[in-house]
Parts: sequence; structure tokens; C-alpha cells
Amino acid sequence: MATKIHLVVDGKPHSLSVDDPNMPLLYALRDELGMANPHFGCGLAQCGACTVHVNGQATRSCVTPLSAVKDAKITTLAGLGTQDHPHPLQAAYVEEQVPQCGYCINGWIMTAAALLKSNPHPSDEEIRKGLSGLKCRCGTHMAIIRAVKRAAQMA
Amino acid sequence: MTQHSPLRAHLTRRGILQGGGALVVSFTAPATIAAAATATAARPKPLDPVQLDSYLVIHKNGSATLLFGKIDGGQGTDVGIAQIVAEELDLPADKVAVLMGDTALTVNQGGASGSFGIIWGGRAMRKVAAEARRFLLARAAERLGVPVEKLTVSDGVISVVDAPRKKIGYGQLIGGKFFNLPLKWNGKDGIQLDFTSDAPLKKPADYKVVGTSPKRRDVKPKVFAQPATYVSDIRLPGMLHARVIRPPVAGATANAVDETSIKSIPGARIVQQGGYIAVVAEKEWNAIRAAQALKVSWSQPAPAFVEPAQLYDHIRKAPVRERKVEKQVGNVDTAMAGATKVVEADYEWPFQSHASMGSAAAVAALKDGKLTVWTGTQKPHYAQQGVAHLLDMPLEQVHAVWVTGPGSYGRNDAGDAALEAAFLAKATGRPVRVQGMRAEGIQWDPKAPASVHHAKAGLDAAGKIVAYHFESKGFSRLEIDSNESDPAHSLIGQQWGLPLKPIQSFGVPDEDYQVPNRLMAWETIPPFLERVSPLRTSHQRDPVGPQIHFASESFIDELALAAKADPVEFRLRHLKGRDAAAVKAAAEKFGWQPRVAGPTGNSKADIVTGRGIAYAKRLGTIVVVAAEVEVDRRSGKVRAKRYAVAHDCGCVVNPALLHNTIEGNIVQATSRSLWEEVHFDPHKVTSVDWETYPILDITEAPEKIDIVLLDHRELPPTGAGEPSSRPVAGALANAIFDATGVRLRRAPFRPEALKGSFA
Repeated sequence: MATKIHLVVDGKPHSLSVDDPNMPLLYALRDELGMANPHFGCGLAQCGACTVHVNGQATRSCVTPLSAVKDAKITTLAGLGTQDHPHPLQAAYVEEQVPQCGYCINGWIMTAAALLKSNPHPSDEEIRKGLSGLKCRCGTHMAIIRAVKRAAQMA
Repeated sequence: MTQHSPLRAHLTRRGILQGGGALVVSFTAPATIAAAATATAARPKPLDPVQLDSYLVIHKNGSATLLFGKIDGGQGTDVGIAQIVAEELDLPADKVAVLMGDTALTVNQGGASGSFGIIWGGRAMRKVAAEARRFLLARAAERLGVPVEKLTVSDGVISVVDAPRKKIGYGQLIGGKFFNLPLKWNGKDGIQLDFTSDAPLKKPADYKVVGTSPKRRDVKPKVFAQPATYVSDIRLPGMLHARVIRPPVAGATANAVDETSIKSIPGARIVQQGGYIAVVAEKEWNAIRAAQALKVSWSQPAPAFVEPAQLYDHIRKAPVRERKVEKQVGNVDTAMAGATKVVEADYEWPFQSHASMGSAAAVAALKDGKLTVWTGTQKPHYAQQGVAHLLDMPLEQVHAVWVTGPGSYGRNDAGDAALEAAFLAKATGRPVRVQGMRAEGIQWDPKAPASVHHAKAGLDAAGKIVAYHFESKGFSRLEIDSNESDPAHSLIGQQWGLPLKPIQSFGVPDEDYQVPNRLMAWETIPPFLERVSPLRTSHQRDPVGPQIHFASESFIDELALAAKADPVEFRLRHLKGRDAAAVKAAAEKFGWQPRVAGPTGNSKADIVTGRGIAYAKRLGTIVVVAAEVEVDRRSGKVRAKRYAVAHDCGCVVNPALLHNTIEGNIVQATSRSLWEEVHFDPHKVTSVDWETYPILDITEAPEKIDIVLLDHRELPPTGAGEPSSRPVAGALANAIFDATGVRLRRAPFRPEALKGSFA
């Protein structure tokens, strides 16, 4: 039995019909809406590669059932900013040339964006604690910290 | 700078020529992709490695596109290559686009391999650019009616030295046309592809582009989530999603598969051949559900592995498959017998996983007998060969397109995914996208080999090394080849029963300590399980470098202690030239104060600090890492607090990107040194996710990494993708000893390794 779900993603309303209302949000975004982000990293909420904002909260979409986000306002990395109007974190990421493979990027930027919203001028310690648990396999952690600090100064 | 869409499969080289320099490949509407995918596979003949046109295109607007048979894993190899080519062509770097890793558009230059991108890839492309420049100058001389010596080039415009109004641009000379210029090719493909050329090369003193730091071209697409940036983002009309079913126990084979177990899942079905099992569905989530629900009756083989606690004993006692003495100077036995003091130690390194950020994905489509595979492999030309072999297709009918994958540090799971997607596309007659669940990239990727190392050395009365014997014994670094050109080196090929072709290889320390008598050798042992093993071993970033240099550089510190010498001073006793200069540079940046290593001050405090140094070489690149650690004596937890790194890789092409590349190596190697170990029990690999294969967290990342780039513009570049990974574990182990007096001879340095050591 197909279930109907309404979502607002990056400002656009969508109505989906899905086989399984427990399908994680990640697959709705990628496969139903054809988005290129977020990414599947682990499917276990252990890495953050799938992170989006659900009503402003950084959320791991790989374990978030669609049924739990009915009518929610979703923001993805693509909706955070554009090349013409970048979010400060996106501008800082470009300036610092942070990503290597970059597959982890949704986790770090979306989580840091939520962090900066609640704490616009975090200390090094607060940045590290706020981003703890996210994975980056290429080892770009130093550049990530530089970029978050730069973004905090820009905002 | 133009961004290339990975969905560019409809591009031909002639198409690139006629693109007038814009080379804008707009995002192709999905409906046209499948048709487009096969267009280039219809090329009448393979790219000719002899022709300059196979590498370089000059557009009508005077800009250039380099067709580069390698890939970039996120370190900016393409930018460095663009700089090298731009330098020789007298173009700005941003007027050189680099198209990579498409088998229909680029000659096989081996993909990413062994930090050779800038070393040999740059060497060959530099000659291509120099040949093109000479050709263009000769043409301009004819057109302008002056000798070549009277010409100068600036930003792709050739003008007469004393009559600057007489000028002509590259675009006017050759834009949109073929050079038809044969090169003196060395007859080799892959990483060794090169040319003999006497075209004049620019003098290092005149470099304008090399040595500057233009930014990467892939960062904006990643940061702004541009569609189809990653291989997992490739979507084709009518595409099925696949998930692979791996054996629950190493060595198990399927006796029966219960199709009814997935019948309630819409569109799900089983694809099976010769022991290989996958499920496919129209919707990805349904493929995942089907993979979880599928009931398979598996054989129950005897345990393939030993108890994990027995790993290193097993390696020591295992029969030797191959032994190789790689370095032998003087007479070690005689010198050892005459030494004042003899020191001996053993070191151990576990299996490690690439554990890429996502498990591999690949997409394949078969149309009109031609197969296209989009793959994140480092070596797309070899994936093309592997697919052709696996499916028994002519090579020309297979087209591999590299698209960025989720991390690229060697032979990870991407090669398996490429071959499996190709098979599934052929078996179903539909385009197929396959992606691993988390376990595929940790439990089932090819592993970095576990090994033991035995070092023995003799010191003379003056505290100098007179004899040095170093032996490694471990699983081969190439039980699975470093590329997927032969399906015998893939999971699906092994499940189909293809004859196995293990390669025996390991390595020895790479350093230039001046020691009059030395013997360095390695031995490989048989794998636990010959076929379809989750512990099969292959290349992972700086293959065998971290394990060997953990042992050798820890041992040098043990010798320094025996000689009652400061670790920096002891190394300098045995080093000269650039090696010594790098040690001095790292020590100076670190603020190193000479003293014998070992706890100082209050060694019973809860938190103790120490410093250590390690040095290693790789293909001529010299890296010295000085580390400061904090050890919590209550928990045993080690924090790599601060590093100073001296890095000498000859000519520095792009300092900013080199800096980030080194930083990534140091952090990743810190993770491998402190945390990483593939866990297993006698039946299976039990590291399946980030809980069971933890890596360094950002709260544990260093406070500071200072990097000194020792630039030798007059020398060729010697590579930076991997060398700085190798001295990190040694520097940390030496620093831990300095902090605590405990010598760790087994990696990783997890809290439990130290906790029991403090009374």
C-alpha cells in the first residue's frame, strides 16, 4: 500500500507516494526527488554524510523514517546557499579548500551551520565538541576547523 | 574554470576540438544519457599513445584541454598537472582544463598510483606541452616571417621580440585542429608512459605558474552540491538498484536461495551466477530491504582465520611463500659480531581497512552490445580491462568513466563495484547502480596487510650503527592486485572460480642512514583463505609504508637510547645532505631541545607529555615528522597534540594544495596509528562499521600541524600523495616512550595498549 507524504525541501513543496512509510528520508531525497546530496555513508547514523536540517535541526537522514518528518521543512546542502549567495561556511570551505574526496561534506557543513546558528562565535573547543562524531576519512579535520572559524568571523 | 560533467560520455575528441574552447558540457538531461553513453564506445580505433593529439587540445580561443589518463583523489593532482602544462605552454593555469579518467578520451596513464601523478604523469605531460610549444613557435615563425629565436610567448600569444605588434595566438594557429604530431613514445602504457623529447623545457628560474597556488576545480561542485559530482549520483533512465549478498562467514558458499523470502518487496528479484548473489529492485530502498530479507542457506566451512590473539604468532610460524633480500651492503654478521652493543626488537602491525567514507558505488549500462561503467576506481583503464575480461567482451566495447568516489587511498572496494555493476547490467539488460552497505567498505574491502618486523643492529664504541639487519614477514601487499584489470583479483571473479593469481610483494625501509653493513629483506606468507576472503590484502595508502617505518623508526630511537643519544642528534650522525636538512628543519620548527628520550619531570602525573621524531623516504621524497603527545596515565589514552613536519619532494608545484595533502596524510596516519585495527574472529571479520572500526574523531585531532616545505625548484618533483603517511606511527611511538618510558612495539596505540603499563 503506497503512502502519501508531504515535504518541503529547500523551499519547494513535494508530495511523495512511497511503498514503505518507514523508508529513511535519505532515499526520498535522493531517489524520489533526484537530489545529488545528501550521501549514503553508513546507514547507521555513525558518520553524518547524510545530514540535512529538519526544521532547522541537523538530522541524520539515513535513519530518519519518512513518517517522522511529515510536513517538515527540510534543508539540504544545496539549499543552504548557492555559488552566487553562499552560506558563510560554503564560502569558507572554498577559501580554505577543505574537502578532499568531500563525500563527508554534508555532515560537517550542515552540522556546523546549525552550531553557528546557536553559537555564532564558538571557541576551538566548542567547534570540536559540536562536530564530534562526524567522520572524515581523508583527514581534513584541521582545514574543517579553520573553515568554521573563518565562517564565524564572516557571519 | 569549466567543470566537466561526468555524464560527458557523448563527448568525442573531435567534439572537444570543435568546442571552441568553451568545453562546457551542460548537465545532460537524463533521457539522453543512455544513448550518449555508448557514442564514444563506437570510436573506430583506440587512442593512439604516439599522437600529441591524444593528450592536448588547443581551442579556437587559445585555451587548452589536457586529456589526462589519470585521476585525482581530492589532492589536486589535476591542478598541479595544469600548472606544469601551462608553464611550458606559457598559458595561465586557468586556461588549461584537465579531463581525467575517461577511457574513451584519455590514454591509459595508470590512473592514481603510488604518488606518481605529478612525478611521472607530470614528466610526460610536460614534454607534451613542450613539444606543442615548439610546434606552435615553428608555425608562428613561418606565418610571421621571422626566425623562432625572435619570438616570445605570453598568455598563449606569440609575438616578435622587437616588433610586438607582429603577433599570433595559439587559437589562430591550431585552434580546433589536430596537431598530427607524432611523439617518441617509450612504448609503455600505465604509470610508466613517457616520451623522449628534445623540445626545450622552461628553466626553473623562469617559472611563473609552477610554485603558485591556484585553487582546486572540484571544490565548488562539492561544496555547492552540484548534481552528478559523485559516482553514486549517476542516474540513468530505467536504472535498477542493486545490493550484493556477501557470505556471512568467510569461505561460505550458498547452497540454496529462497526467492519467496523477498516476494512481498515490490520489484525485488535475485540475480545469481556462479556463487555470486545480488538483489535488484526499481527502488533503492526496496533493494536494501530485499538484501536484508533474503534467506540464503549457506555452507558451514571450517574456521578460515585464527583466534585474533594468535595473529602475530601465526605470521611468525607461517610458511614463507617468497623471500626477497632488497638491500645488502657489506657483511652484517661480521660487523654485528664486532659491535660494542647489539640491540634487537620486534614490532607488529594489524590488518587495516581503507574504510572509505562511503562504500563503493558503480553504475553500468549495456546498449547495442556496448557497455559503459561509471566508476570511482583510481584506475579506470584497468577497470575497463577487468570488465571486458569478466564479461568476455572486446575491450573496445567497454567504456569506463571515472567519477569521484567516496575516498580513494588505493585498491579499496571500488574495483569490485565496477565489475559487479557491469555484470548486473548485462544480466538484467537494464542499467544498474550498485552501492555497498557500510560493511562492504570495512568488512569486505581489500585490507592493508598485517605484519611482523624484526630489527637487529650493532653500535660501535662511538655510538654509530655498524651493522643493521631488518626483516619483515607478513601477508603479501598484493594478494589482490592493485588494480582490477584481471577479474581473478575481484570478489565476483573469485566467486566464479577464476584461477587465482596472487602476487608476492612486501617492502623494506626507505631511508639513507649511512650504515656500512646492512641487510634488509621481506617474506610473505599464504593468506588465511585463498578465495573470496574479507582479509585479502592489497594496496592501501602508502602500501606497507606505515608498518615498515613504524618498526624501523621506532628501532632507530631504541638505538639512540642504547647510545645514550638525543634522537635528532643520533639520526644526524648517520644522515647527510637533504635528509639531514629535513631532520634539522623539522626539529627547528618543533622547537626540539636535545636530550636522551625518556620521562622527565613528574612522570607520575595523570597526564604526561613527550616528543618523538621519525624520518623516512619514498621515491626520493623525504619526510620528517616531530610529534608531541599527551598520555593520560589513568586511561592510557594518547593524544597527538602537535606536529612539526618537514617535507622535501623536490620542486613544489602548488604549495597550498601540497600543504593540505600533507595535513590529510598526517591526520589519517594518526588515526591509523592510534585507533585502526581490523577485528576478526575465526569465522569472519567483525569490523563492520565505525563503532567496530573507529577512526580519529575531530576532538582528538591535533591542535596544530606546522609544515615546512623544503622547495628545490631545480629538481624534479618526487611525489606527495603518500610519503607523509609513513613516519607518523614511529614519531608517535617514540613520543609515547619519551612521555611514559613505555615502548609500544605493536600498533595501534589504543588506550588498552598502555593502560596496564603504569603501576
